Amino acid sequence: MDVKTGFFYLFSVVLLFASFRVVTARNPVHAVLFLMLAFSQASGLWLLLQAEFLAMVLVLVYLGAVMVLFLFVVMMLDINLDTLREGFWKHFPLAASLGALIALEMAAVLMSGFRSSEAPKVAAVVGQMGPQISNSKALGILLYTEYLMPIQVAAAILLVAMIAAIALTLRQRKDSKAISASEQVHVRASDRLVIVKMDVVKAGEAPKAPEAPAAADAAKETKS
Amino acid sequence: MSQTLNASTLLAVPMAPLVGAVLAGIFGTQFGGNWIGRRLTHSLTILGVLIAFILSATTLKSVAIDGARFNETLYTWMTVGGLSMEVGFMVDGLTAMMMCVVTFVSLMVHIYTIGYMEEDEGYNRFFAYISLFTFSMLMLVMSNNMLQLFFGWEAVGLVSYLLIGFWFKKPTAIFANMKAFLVNRVGDFGFILGIGLIAAYAGTLNYTEAFAKAADLSALTLPGTSWMLVTVICICLFIGAMGKSAQFPLHVWLPDSMEGPTPISALIHAATMVTAGIFMVARMSPLFELSETALNFIMMIGAITALFMGFLGIIQNDIKRVVAYSTLSQLGYMTVALGASAYSVAVFHLMTHAFFKALLFLGAGSVIMGMHHNQDIRYMGGVRKYMPITWITSLLGSLALIGTPFFSGFYSKDSIIEAVHESHLAAAGFANFAVLAGVFVSAFYSFRMYFLVFHGKERYDQNPDAHHGHHDDHHDDHGHDSHGPHESPWVVTVPLILLAIPSVVIGYMTIDPMLFGEFFKDAIFIDAEKHAGMKELADAFHGPVAMALHAVTTAPFWLALAGVVVSWYMYLINPAVPAAIGRALRPLVVLLENKYYMDWINENILARGARALGNGLWKVGDRTLIDGLLVNGSWKLVGMVSALTRKLQTGYLYHYALVMILGIFLLMTYFVWLNK
Amino acid sequence: MTLTLGHYLSLGAMLFALAVIGIFLNRKNLIVLLMAIELMLLAVNMNFVAFSHYLGDMHGQVFVFFILTVAAAESAIGLAILVLLFRNMNSINVDELDSLKG
Repeated sequence: MDVKTGFFYLFSVVLLFASFRVVTARNPVHAVLFLMLAFSQASGLWLLLQAEFLAMVLVLVYLGAVMVLFLFVVMMLDINLDTLREGFWKHFPLAASLGALIALEMAAVLMSGFRSSEAPKVAAVVGQMGPQISNSKALGILLYTEYLMPIQVAAAILLVAMIAAIALTLRQRKDSKAISASEQVHVRASDRLVIVKMDVVKAGEAPKAPEAPAAADAAKETKS
Repeated sequence: MSQTLNASTLLAVPMAPLVGAVLAGIFGTQFGGNWIGRRLTHSLTILGVLIAFILSATTLKSVAIDGARFNETLYTWMTVGGLSMEVGFMVDGLTAMMMCVVTFVSLMVHIYTIGYMEEDEGYNRFFAYISLFTFSMLMLVMSNNMLQLFFGWEAVGLVSYLLIGFWFKKPTAIFANMKAFLVNRVGDFGFILGIGLIAAYAGTLNYTEAFAKAADLSALTLPGTSWMLVTVICICLFIGAMGKSAQFPLHVWLPDSMEGPTPISALIHAATMVTAGIFMVARMSPLFELSETALNFIMMIGAITALFMGFLGIIQNDIKRVVAYSTLSQLGYMTVALGASAYSVAVFHLMTHAFFKALLFLGAGSVIMGMHHNQDIRYMGGVRKYMPITWITSLLGSLALIGTPFFSGFYSKDSIIEAVHESHLAAAGFANFAVLAGVFVSAFYSFRMYFLVFHGKERYDQNPDAHHGHHDDHHDDHGHDSHGPHESPWVVTVPLILLAIPSVVIGYMTIDPMLFGEFFKDAIFIDAEKHAGMKELADAFHGPVAMALHAVTTAPFWLALAGVVVSWYMYLINPAVPAAIGRALRPLVVLLENKYYMDWINENILARGARALGNGLWKVGDRTLIDGLLVNGSWKLVGMVSALTRKLQTGYLYHYALVMILGIFLLMTYFVWLNK
Repeated sequence: MTLTLGHYLSLGAMLFALAVIGIFLNRKNLIVLLMAIELMLLAVNMNFVAFSHYLGDMHGQVFVFFILTVAAAESAIGLAILVLLFRNMNSINVDELDSLKG
């Protein structure tokens, strides 16, 4: 067998092993690291498929950002591992059979529809422009013409995700002096002011204590 | 056809009593604050009925002598689809005669009530009711379409209910008025079916238009059956007449209706309301002539009523009940005449009967007043010495009833017997026997009552439950110091006299124009070829005097005479005989006392059965099925299903994820293996 | 032997199956659930890229581009929710999240 096939099998085996370890690792940090391994193998596989741009994107975006994010979260949370793993091996047979079935079915569908012995074809776009176009350029040509609108939508999605993530986890600072405008507008006179009746006192005598209780942050006015 | 009557005059005829009724009913009772007293009430209502009577009399004159007619719609109330509901009047000979009879008898009863109801608290209410009744009956007879007829029909039924239960604190009165109303309702059900069929097939409720289509209808059958449509219509209409005119088996309400005060027994249950059925059949003669089956049915029912109700009259002890059963029997006679296609004879008997029966009832009421509200004839006797006017008038009425020659009842009754004799219908054989036997029976019971009340020994002290309470009230009013009777005041006796006059003469005077003249020419239609009875009667008629003189050679005269003689013997000469016969024929007497067990059947089988059915439907149908199964069951079912479904909502994320995976797996399986 | 489309497709299938098994087994551990989801997305992307290569259609890779975008957004928000959850409940045990229980 030739180099390409060998690399394929290498990458595939490591990929499958890594994914298996992702789902069976005891320590979540290990699981995340194995996931990173899996993605890197996938990236290699995509290079074999001559999808360089996507392979690099996988590394940059997934390994560089998403997995790091996972690591942050895993390390931040204090997880009790024992309760999480209970029932793990109990369900393994069922899970394994289910997984095997799904795999077989997918394979059956996908392979029956396509001639598996054909050689790879050359992309139409690439063929149009000449044989020396790079993958990135070909992708770029498509993205900026046919898929312009979906790109804008994707950008909006990312913006929304960012805002959502921030909005969800935002905590107020306790020493912030910012005022909520709607609270200011909703205030009523009785929240700020309490009028207290007091007996008239002759000069020389001590005034009696006011009768009405004071509100929490209301100003008091006393009459004497 | 020669000239038309004035619409306003005709409108005033029913409206005048209505105005009187409304004023009396609202302002004279607690409802309006008791503004007007008794004198004003009875004056207003009598004025209303008097106006109606005068205008009816002038209308009769125009119709009979000048040949005027009226057939117009005054007001269209509503038009639904093609059916138009109108208020209109049709005035011809039949209507004019009925108008006069109704208003005259009503006027007499109004005047009589001043005396009879003098001590009653509900005086004003009574006058309001009887004026309202007059209005309803007039609307019924003057109508030109079946809807207005039905309105009048129901209205008289309603007023009858109100009046029978007038003394509403008496439980028997309430029972009686419910009975009357419910039995009438059974008849009305048939009636409305008949009207509905006419409306459906003729497309109109107006008499003239419907009768014009009658010939076309005679060829049709009721869809889904092989019965002739006209037969079904006529029988349905007659069922209504059976209810209203108390024919067997819907007669059970009339004797009980005697719970009401005597004036209304005279007005409603003798002269007018019960004759509404007879009037209706006569009015619908174009339809009835088309169906021999219906005519046979009518004749049979009438014959049964005439004979068997007469038998029941023999053993009654309440003076009003005797007259009530007499009314039932005479209504049977009228019905038999209708069956023999002698509509004019039936209506003629209606008229004469109205006079002498009202007279007999009012006379009975006068006797009751005189006897301090004792109504049992076993404890009367010799009343003629104390109440001469009542005595004479009652005697005249009884003679008219049994068919004494020259009296009005003779002309009408004998004409009926002749008409039945000439009829060729299948039921005519039995009917002939029934009406002849009925002559003997009616003579017997009428004179039994007459002898027991007015002649013989005085038996007032024998009454076990004498009304001492009433006696105390009467003491200062009447100013006498014995238990004996006394004559009634003039407001009571004058109507008796005024009713006695037509009871004697009206038959003699009107038989020729009514039966054999042009009076009912365009009101009543007879199919002369098939039912030639009237023609043969006309051929045999040689004038009222000749008819009366000829009567001595006919069977009815001798039968009536025999009845009088036998009752004279049994109740005056030898009073032990009735008791002996009663002992000998004990089972028969029991049967008669139980009114042929009709009431028992109605109460125990029909009423109890209906209640049991209702109960069963309530328990099983309503509670178990609808409430339990459908209503409660549906929410319980929803609860159960949701309790099951709730188990799917565990709240655990991994369960949801599992379900999602299973779902995907199933979808994949479906698409891979099953949806090739 | 030459690599065919079938190889890559079966690889994708196995990867997907592993991720499903992972969800099944780690039902109580939210972080591993999220990681399993990432694996599933990887499997799908693998298929897309393979098809794109063997059928000569660049559109497959464009789609992968968008899937990556969405996957990144989704994992960011998912982790934010996870952090919030942990803040409130001090554990990531899914058994304790049963407020939606019917």
